[in-house]
Amino acid sequence: MGLLANNIYMLKIENLHVSIEEKPLLKGINLHINAGEVHAIMGPNGSGKSTLSSVIAGKKEYKVTTGIIRFEGEKIIHLSPEERAQRGIFLSFQDPIEIPGVSVTNFIRTSVNSLRKARGLEDMPIHDMLKTIRKKLEIFGMDKNFLSRSLNEGFSGGEKKRNEIFQMAMLNPKLSILDETDSGLDIDALRTVSQGINAFKSKKNAILIITHYYRILKYIVPDFVHVLYRGKMVKSGGKKLALDIEKNGYSWIKPV
Amino acid sequence: MKTREIKDFDYKYGFYTSIEADKFSQGLNEDTIRTLSEKKKEPFWLMYWRLDAFRLWKEMMEPKWGNVKFKKKKYQDISYYSAPIIKPLKGDPSLGTTLTKLGFSFEEQKRINGIAIDVVMDSILVASTFKKTLEDKGIIFCSISEAIIKYPELVKKYLGKVVNKNDNFYASLNSAVFSDGSFCYIPKRISCPIELSTYFRINEGGIGQFERTLVIADKGSYVSYLEGCTAPQRKENQLHAAVVELVALEGSEIKYSTVQNWFPGDKQGNGGVYNFVTKRGLCERQAKISWTQIETGSSITWKYPSCILQGDDSIGEFYSVALTKNYQQADTGTKMIHIGNNTKSTILSKGISAGKSKNSYRGLVKVASKAENARNFSQCDSLLIGNECGAYTFPYIEVRNSTASIEHEATISKIEEDQIFYCNQRGIDSEKSVSLIINGFSRDVLNKLPLEFAIEARKLLEISLDGSVG
Repeated sequence: MGLLANNIYMLKIENLHVSIEEKPLLKGINLHINAGEVHAIMGPNGSGKSTLSSVIAGKKEYKVTTGIIRFEGEKIIHLSPEERAQRGIFLSFQDPIEIPGVSVTNFIRTSVNSLRKARGLEDMPIHDMLKTIRKKLEIFGMDKNFLSRSLNEGFSGGEKKRNEIFQMAMLNPKLSILDETDSGLDIDALRTVSQGINAFKSKKNAILIITHYYRILKYIVPDFVHVLYRGKMVKSGGKKLALDIEKNGYSWIKPV
Repeated sequence: MKTREIKDFDYKYGFYTSIEADKFSQGLNEDTIRTLSEKKKEPFWLMYWRLDAFRLWKEMMEPKWGNVKFKKKKYQDISYYSAPIIKPLKGDPSLGTTLTKLGFSFEEQKRINGIAIDVVMDSILVASTFKKTLEDKGIIFCSISEAIIKYPELVKKYLGKVVNKNDNFYASLNSAVFSDGSFCYIPKRISCPIELSTYFRINEGGIGQFERTLVIADKGSYVSYLEGCTAPQRKENQLHAAVVELVALEGSEIKYSTVQNWFPGDKQGNGGVYNFVTKRGLCERQAKISWTQIETGSSITWKYPSCILQGDDSIGEFYSVALTKNYQQADTGTKMIHIGNNTKSTILSKGISAGKSKNSYRGLVKVASKAENARNFSQCDSLLIGNECGAYTFPYIEVRNSTASIEHEATISKIEEDQIFYCNQRGIDSEKSVSLIINGFSRDVLNKLPLEFAIEARKLLEISLDGSVG
C-alpha cells in the first residue's frame, strides 16, 4: 500500500518496550495502522497481545520503558485513559468488568456524553440517545431488556462481548481494539457481531483485532496480520498468514 | 488499591442569610421553657408536658454506646430558640434569596413537581405552599406550632405516644424545648395527592435545632412525606436533635423520605452538625411504614428510624444510603419491632465510606413472643473508597417466637481499579466513574425515593464526592 509523504498514521507504535514489576512483557513493538485498515494480531497465550491492547488504552499498571505511541501524530503515552478514549481510542475488553446497579443505558449515556463534553458539545438529547440506542440494538440482534440490566452483571460470555461491540457502535471511535472478541461467542453470535463490526467499518476508522484463533478473521477480513510471540512481532503479512497459522499452528514461526 | 485522597469540596449550602432574628440568650432552665411556651401561646398542658420532659432529661446521662466519638455538647451554651423575624415573604428579599439558593422557586415547584413544601428555618416554619389543594381533601399540613393552637385534640392525643418524653436523652431534650416542626394529618381513606415536603435549615449560629414532626395517617389513608436539610458552614458544631413520630392507623401507609445534607464539617473534621435524631413509627393492623433516607451530611449522624409493628399484618421497611467522607461519622440503622402476627419487615442499608470516615450500620430486629409468623429480611452492603475509612455492621437479633423467619445478608466491597479503568476507557473521568459506581451501588435505595427527590439525591451523591479521587 503506497503511502503519501505527508501521511499521518492513525496509530504508530515505535520500538515499544513495556514491563510490569520489572518483568519485560513487550520487547520492541513496531506497528503502523492507517485509517480504513483492519489489522489482526495473532499469537499464542502469554505472547503479550492483551498487554499491547491495555498499553494502547493507557492502563496504569504497565510501565512503558522505551518507545513511542502516536495517535494521529500526537504522542499519547502521557495521556490518561479517558483522554485517549476522548481522542477516539476504544478497547473492547477481553473480560469486561461488572458494575452493579449501573444500567447499560445509563452507562452508555454517561459515556457518550463524556465524549461529547470533551469535544465541547452539549449532552445528547435523551430522545436522540434512545433512538440511536434502539437502532444499534437491532443491528446486533439484542433484546430491549438488555438495556435496563446492570452493566455486565450476570451477563453470559457472549452477552458481555456483544455489549462491548454495541458500545463501540454507539461511541463511534476512530480506532477500535477488539481484544479476543470472538471468545465466548457461539457461531451465530459471532456472525451477528461480525456483521455489526463490518457495518461499522469505514474508510475513516481502523480496527485492530487481537485474537488467538483464525475463526473471527473469516468474517472480518484483515488487511494485515501480525504474529506476536514472547513480546515481539515475529512475522507480518497479509490475510494468508492467518490461514497458514490456522493450518499449521504457531510452532512453525521462528522468532526472528 | 492505592489510597484515594479526599479533597475538600464546596458545601454549596454553606451560606448564611443575614436576617433579623428573635433569639433567646444561651442556657436552659425551667424559665427558658416557660418563656418559650408562652411565646408560642401554647396551652398549659403542653407547657407542663415540656417541663416534665425537662425534669426527666436532667436525670439522664448522655448515651455513649454509639460507634462515634465526639466532644460533648455543653447544653447550657446553646440558644434554644431563634425565630427569623418575618415580614411577608415577598417583602423580605433576604429570606426569599435564601429560599431560591436552596433551590426553591415556589411557583415552579407548584407547577412542575406537585409537591407541597414547608420550610423550617432555624426554629420556625417560614413558608408553605399548596394549602388550598390539601384543605379541600381535609388534609392538615402545617407547622406543629399552628397545629397545637388549631388542632389541640389531635396533637394531645398523639404527641409523645410513639416517642415517649422519657425515651432517650436527645428525645427528652427535644420534648422539653422543641420549637417548631411539621404536623400532618391525613383523614380516613384519603390518599394524599401530592408529596408533602418540609425543608429544614439551621441559619443562626450557636443554636440548637429541635424540630418535632408528627405525621398521622388515619385509617386506610396514604401519604408520602419528604424532608430535606441544610445548614451554613460554621466552625463550631451545631446540634440537631429532632424527633419524628409517625402514626399509621389501620390499613394506612406512610412513606417517609429524608435527604439529609447538614454541613458535614471541613476536611480536617472541624465544625459540622451533630445529627442526633429519634425517628419512629407505629403501625396498626395492616398498616405500612417505609423509611427511606439518604444521609450525606452532618459530622455525626446518629439515628435509627424504626417501626413498631404492633398490628397484625403490618409492614415496616427501611431503605438507607449513608455516605461519609473526611472525618464524618455515621452510626445509623433501624429497629423493627415485631409485635403483631404476620408482620413483615425489610431492611436495606447501603454504607459508603471514604477518607478517614467511619460508617456503621446498627440494626435491631426484635420478635415478641406472641408475634406469630414474623418475617424479616435484612441486607447491609458496605462500599469502601480508600484505605483509611471504616465500615462496621452491628446487627442485633432478638427472637422470642419460633415461627419467625429472619434473614440477614452483609457484604463489604471496594471500588476496584479495573472498574475505574473500564469507565475511563469509555471516556468517563475518574471522579465521574466513582460517582457512577456509587450511584449504581445505591440504586435499589434511590429507586425507593419519589422521582423528583431521587434526581436530587443522585446529584447530592455526586456533589459529596467532588474531588474524592486523587
